[in-house]
Formats: sequence, structure tokens, C-alpha cells
Amino acid sequence: MNVVSCSNLSFGYGKARVLDNVSFEVAEGESLAIIGPNGGGKSTLLKLLLGLETPESGTLEVLGNPAGRSRRKLGYVPQAMRYDPHYPISTLDIVLMGRLDRLGVGLFSKKCRAVAEEALSSVHLGGFEKRPFSSLSGGERQRVMIARALACEPEMLLLDEPTANIDLSVEEQFIETLAALRQSMTILLVTHDLELVSELGDSVLCVNRRIHRHALPLSGDTIREIYSGSRRVEHDRQTRHRHGDHSACAHD
Amino acid sequence: MVIIPPALMTEFFETIRDVPVIRYALLAGIVASPIFGVVGTFVVTRRIGYIAAAIAHSILGGIGAAIYFNRAHDITWLTPMLGAIFASIISALVIGWVSLKFREREDTIISAIWAGGMAVGLLFLFHTPGKGVNLESYIFGNILLTSKSDVIATCVLGAIVLIVVGLFYHKLVAVCFDEEFVRLRDVSSAFYYLLLLVLTGICMVLLVRVAGIVLSLALIILPAATACRFARRMWAIMLTAIGLSMIYNAGGLIVSYQLDQPTGPFIVVSASAVYGLSFFYRRLK
Repeated sequence: MNVVSCSNLSFGYGKARVLDNVSFEVAEGESLAIIGPNGGGKSTLLKLLLGLETPESGTLEVLGNPAGRSRRKLGYVPQAMRYDPHYPISTLDIVLMGRLDRLGVGLFSKKCRAVAEEALSSVHLGGFEKRPFSSLSGGERQRVMIARALACEPEMLLLDEPTANIDLSVEEQFIETLAALRQSMTILLVTHDLELVSELGDSVLCVNRRIHRHALPLSGDTIREIYSGSRRVEHDRQTRHRHGDHSACAHD
Repeated sequence: MVIIPPALMTEFFETIRDVPVIRYALLAGIVASPIFGVVGTFVVTRRIGYIAAAIAHSILGGIGAAIYFNRAHDITWLTPMLGAIFASIISALVIGWVSLKFREREDTIISAIWAGGMAVGLLFLFHTPGKGVNLESYIFGNILLTSKSDVIATCVLGAIVLIVVGLFYHKLVAVCFDEEFVRLRDVSSAFYYLLLLVLTGICMVLLVRVAGIVLSLALIILPAATACRFARRMWAIMLTAIGLSMIYNAGGLIVSYQLDQPTGPFIVVSASAVYGLSFFYRRLK
């Protein structure tokens, strides 16, 4: 069964086309790495899956519904730079954000607190509930963010460059955490970290305005092709801009 | 440190007993402190001090309009306080909407509301018939003009602000920390951001009476900013900021009265000095 079905999807910011007529599917339980050059559309694809952006054309279904309608069933781990690491808040209060709902007022229920504590334990941070978020290491903070995503009791986990800005020793713990989660849910992982891709991915989606799926392991030629594409695409864009043509496709 | 002789303290307490104006000023300062501490903590941690300042300045537009319609068209129910609340809510909603929809032009629009609100107020006051309005008390504040109805209004507004924060505390904190994630939970981050700005607006109305439009920003920012130097949890920062606000407002009133200093500026200078010391204390530590 497919948890994501994307067909002929296009999206852009203003006149700049970011994703151009892309189609792909993700099967239930799959662990998929999303890689590609900067500006290629990886994070935009994630936003479309989360329903934070709306496709210009094409269809995108997530967990059987149009993207956005299922977002409460998704766990999302943002890039580290998207939040203030010095925000004065406890670890448990961050994880409890995963239990927010539209109508809830006042304090969180005992059940919500239990789910949040369980989520913290599952990322090996049991006992950290009262610790200020600002006192944690970079790797611990990212694990707190995974716990927050797990507190949503998600059917699919989406991570946006989770190992950016964390050191190698911490990354090993992080990979262990994700490897354990991989057994129980679908994971979509946006990353530049090819080691993370080889450790956690079943296959790879290469995103650079178009989308191609590759089996693992990636060959050196494929990696060079993916990342050298960014320079070619930028060159193509500038050339088309000079000639007033905004309709052409990506390098592929 | 200022040491107040016991005889002067006795004299001050006698003044509180005998002079209603001082009693009301002290009461208003103490009653408003929880609001300043709680809302100030959100303003400092969400880093929206410049929005709070713009709202404070635009309040003069509402005050000026209220005084004008009150005198020129005999609309007696439209008090300056009501005009200020109305202006603060309108500015908060406009600024919030602009910052959500046109983030790249946020600073320009905020500047326009900041200056435009003041200009509208000055125009209304210029055309207001009758004897001149005490503009200085709104711009620089005069806590000694606090009346019994001001104390009651402060209590009512304070209760509303604290109840709203109590009900939606977790959502307000979440919006300050990570708006995007809040949207993913199907909770309207825009609604709670606007709610936070409206609460800030109401808080600024209360602060304008104590410290005036120009100095009000200091009283919402400094207690919470000082508290942030020592506490690392929202509730701890809020409690510390409430305590500091009470000390600044009550202590500032007592000391400024004894030393015959203007209360608002005296409180702001004291709060700034404590913040400066806290900064150096943390650096030395």
C-alpha cells in the first residue's frame, strides 16, 4: 500500500519553478532518503507533503487523503536552525507540543503527559523531562524534536536535515534512534549526509526540480551527477533568464 | 542604594492612608505587575519588543480621538482609556496581519503605524475644543493621575489577560517557539500570534498610564529581560518578572515620592540599572 502518491505535481515561488511535473510513490514502511543540491526543492517537497504549501498543479495524496488533511498523522522534525535553541522551556513542554489540538485549553491531560514521557524514553531521554531545553547538547535537542514528533503518534515521520549542526559522536546516537524507529513506521528523511542515507535509507529520491528514484548504494558517478546538477541548473536558469524563457525543464 | 529613613517611611504610609491618589497609584502598580510580568515574558522571548513599542505609540491616536469625540460631539462614554484600548487592539491586529502576510515589509508598516498613530492623535488633540489636554501625562506618563476607576479598569483588564493566558498558555508558548509545528497540529498559529499581540496591546495601555508612551516599552521589556538572565523556564521568568515589576512599581513610587522625583522616569532608570547590573553579574559569573 502506498502512503504517498504524487502525480504530475508542479510548484513554484512566484515565477521560479521549484518542482516541475514530478511523480513518485512511497510504500508503507519504507525508509526513503531525499537528497539533492541546495535549492533543488527538497524542503519544498517536505512542505507540500505536510500541507504547508499547496501544489500549483498535479495531485499529492498522503495517507490516502489530499496532503494537509492527514498532517495530524505526520511527525515532523524541523531543521535545527528553525527554532531558538535558547528558548526558556523545559524538555517535556516541547514534547507536549506534539499533543496540541485545536480545541484544547488549560493544562495537558495525564494521558498526554504519559504519551510525551513515553516519547522521550523512546529516544533515550527518559529523566530529561524537567531539564531546560537550552542546557541540552545539539544531538539531545534533535532527539527531543524526534520525541515531539513521536508524541503526535504519527504514521509517518518526516525529518528535514536532522543531522545538520550536530557533531559526529552525537550523530551515531541519532542514527541508532532512527534505526529503531525505522522498524515501526514510514520515514522520509531530507539530508545532505550520505552516511545517514546509506545507514537508514531503503532507496533514495533525488530532487532537483525533477525527481528520480535510485536504489542504494549510490555509485560515485550518480552522486557526482546529482550534486553537479545544481551548478548546471543554475547555469540553465541564468541562461533562460537572459533569454526571457521561464518554461524550460531541469537538466534532466 | 537608596536608604529610606524609618521616619520617612512612616510619613509615606500615612500619605497612602490619607491621600487617595497615592493609594490608587500604588494599587494600580501592584495590580498591573502580574500582567506586565506575564505578557513581558512573551514579548521578550518572542522578540517582539519593536511591535510593542509601535502599539504603544499608536495608542495616542485612540486617546486623541476619544478626547476629541468626547468633547466635540459629547460622546461621554468614550473615555481616553477606551480609546486607547480600541487603538491598541486595531494596531495589534494590523501589525500582526502585516507580519504574517508581508514579512518582508514588516518593519516599514510597523514604522508607519508607529508614527501615523501618534500623528493622528496629535491632529485630533489639536482640533479638540475647550481647554488644552495634558499631553505630557500621556507621552511621559503620570502615575499620580491614577483614579479609582483606573484601578478598577486595571483589575478587569488584568483579569481578562491572565485568564486568556491561563487558558491558552501552551499554545501561546508553542507559537512563540515554533509556529510551523503549531500549524501541523491543525491549530491556527496566526490566531494565537494575533491574540498575543492583542494581549501585548492591552498591556501597553496599562503601561502608558504608569510610564507614558515613550517609556512604557522599558517596563514591559526590562523586568522580563532581567528575569531571563537568571531563570531558564517560562514560568520562572514570569514569576521573577512579576516580582521585579512589583518592586519597580511600588518601590519606585515610594522612593520617587520621598526624593521628590518624577515617578515614571525614576522607575525606568531603576529598572534599566538593575538590568545593566544583571548583565554584568552574568558576565562575571
